[in-house]
Amino acid sequence: MRYLVCIKQTPDTAELPKITPEEAASGKFSVNLVVNPWDELAIEAGLKLMETYGGVTGAITVGDEGAIDALRSALAMGCKDATLVKNVGADVSGVADLLAAAVKKDGDVGVVVTGQMTVDGNSGSLPVVLGRKLGWPVLTGVAKIVDLADDSITVERTVGQARLTVKTSLPAVVSVNKEIGEPRYPTFINIRKAARVKAPVLTADDLGVEVPAPVVHMTNFRKPPARDAKVQLFEGSPQEAAAALVDALLAEKVL
Amino acid sequence: MKFLVYIETDSGDVVASSWEALGAALSLSDDVEAVIIGDKISVGVEDVVKRGAQKVYVVEDETRQLFDLERHLADVKNVLDMSGADAFLASHTSNGRDLAAALGADKTAGVIADALELSVDGDKLKGVRGVYSGNILVDVTVDGSPQIATLRPRAFAAAEDTGASADVVLVDPANVDSPYEVLGVERTETGEVSLTEASVIVSGGRGVAKDPELGFDLIRELAGLLGAAVGASRAAVDAGFISYDHQVGQTGKVVRPDLYIAAGISGAVQHLAGMGSSKVIVAINKDAEAPIFSVANYGIVGDLFEVVPAMSEAVREKLGK
Ligand SMILES: Cc1cc2nc3c(=O)[nH]c(=O)nc-3n(C[C@H](O)[C@H](O)[C@H](O)COP(=O)(O)OP(=O)(O)OC[C@H]3O[C@@H](n4cnc5c(N)ncnc54)[C@H](O)[C@@H]3O)c2cc1C
Ligand SMILES: Nc1ncnc2c1ncn2[C@@H]1O[C@H](COP(=O)(O)O)[C@@H](O)[C@H]1O
Repeated sequence: MRYLVCIKQTPDTAELPKITPEEAASGKFSVNLVVNPWDELAIEAGLKLMETYGGVTGAITVGDEGAIDALRSALAMGCKDATLVKNVGADVSGVADLLAAAVKKDGDVGVVVTGQMTVDGNSGSLPVVLGRKLGWPVLTGVAKIVDLADDSITVERTVGQARLTVKTSLPAVVSVNKEIGEPRYPTFINIRKAARVKAPVLTADDLGVEVPAPVVHMTNFRKPPARDAKVQLFEGSPQEAAAALVDALLAEKVL
Repeated sequence: MKFLVYIETDSGDVVASSWEALGAALSLSDDVEAVIIGDKISVGVEDVVKRGAQKVYVVEDETRQLFDLERHLADVKNVLDMSGADAFLASHTSNGRDLAAALGADKTAGVIADALELSVDGDKLKGVRGVYSGNILVDVTVDGSPQIATLRPRAFAAAEDTGASADVVLVDPANVDSPYEVLGVERTETGEVSLTEASVIVSGGRGVAKDPELGFDLIRELAGLLGAAVGASRAAVDAGFISYDHQVGQTGKVVRPDLYIAAGISGAVQHLAGMGSSKVIVAINKDAEAPIFSVANYGIVGDLFEVVPAMSEAVREKLGK
């Protein structure tokens, strides 16, 4: 079976606070770009599928040329192939159209694996939108893949305060969370190999997709108001300090 | 603008943040209807009816006991047709997020996801949301009909019981086959307050390391006295001190309590991404230079193994618990 992992290149989380409104609006950053951390988990899940059930795991991203670095990371972790689909300013709906077309073109994809959300877009909606466009079932919040058969997948999902064991038919889209397991480190040999790889670059035309006009419009990018926090410290013995703190919290009416 | 608000249920109980979605709609319009889907939801239906919506559509069926994307989506589409609402609101829970995303995809409509604020501008919704993990705010509008938004839990005031009454419309469950078969259900946090809904959170970090079990026992004791949820840093989770469902931050849960108490947590940006918009932040850390103090409103420089039990003691004394 073929597994395809959807990844996105996003700013390093340590540098997110440095992003300026101008950078956010233009999508061009001076900060370091890496694989979206949730997507490292998706890669891990994709690789485990390949190791446990056989088959081939590939990675795909919709992005600009620089996103090849994210694909190289996926290859270095162990993905067998990588595809770059050129973005043309699409929003989630357009990205899903491009991915759906690439998935269909790929042939016998049984499972599309995604991360839970992107650290830049923060919506977590892409797997669902992609599933609807493909007409495939979608399992979000997947903590564990319990079983994969020719025509079905069984997973554990965490939803609110429940853990559900759910079975659905293949092909399917799954989005995974952190419980899937620590992403592995790239191996030296794979890093070497990945450095030389030229991922196929597909355009919307190649995929026969007419990218729809965005349906989500974002304007007025700005920094949130700074936290008005001048910390008030309580001193003395732990008992004295704790008592004064509790008094302050009662006065704030947050207890 | 006419609103339809999704009241989420889970095994018969209304998911509390649904009342916030209803509250948001009522603050924006006089023309608000609600849809509640589930099994054995008579108590929930009675509750919705009193909170100010004009009409409540009820889909009650055994197959609706747990959220099922295929079935619930089909029901919502039916009710949207009956209601003719211009806007659809849900809380940004996992299920609310999935439902809204699927509805948007099927209707070629955009979604204002995880909104922190919402207003009406002519025949459009306008939202404010965080991107880049809350480090940037944007205004968001969407195309399509209905106008769809999901709302960040605890960002909007809940609709209260006003003693009002509403028309109740019983709707047949949509006749669709679901591709999802639920083989088992396990409750993970029975009896515990949910992090995303909590108004007070007490969290522990790697600072408990010298005796993690005692450390989290002390944190749980304080949380218990305050009716608070228990959170944790990733370092505490990765070290196995507590399970992942307690993790707050970039790759954990995003929370928004009135009060967040961080004990033995340094305040890395990835932790702040999850709790930085808490109303009041308290830091307990033995290192006066820890970055958490630069976002905290109140702090104690000290050993959490002494300070946390002293806080429990003070709470017992002052609140008579
Ligand atoms: C991609 C990515 C995603 C991440 N996601 C998350 C996330 O979701 N959530 C998260 O929390 N982190 C996340 N992190 C990790 C984050 O960068 C920090 O490593 C983590 O938050 C540190 O946890 P900590 O504060 O408990 O530990 P430390 O940074 O080790 O801090 C421990 C603190 O405890 C204090 N201390 C020690 N002993 C005591 C004592 N007896 N009494 C009082 N204070 C004491 C110390 O002074 C110190 O400040 C992520 C990192 C990356 C790269
Ligand atoms: N441009 C993209 N290319 C490939 N996959 C993506 C892209 N954007 C989002 N995804 C996938 O969808 C998941 C959820 O993203 P989002 O809906 O943006 O929060 C991510 O974790 C990725 O797995």
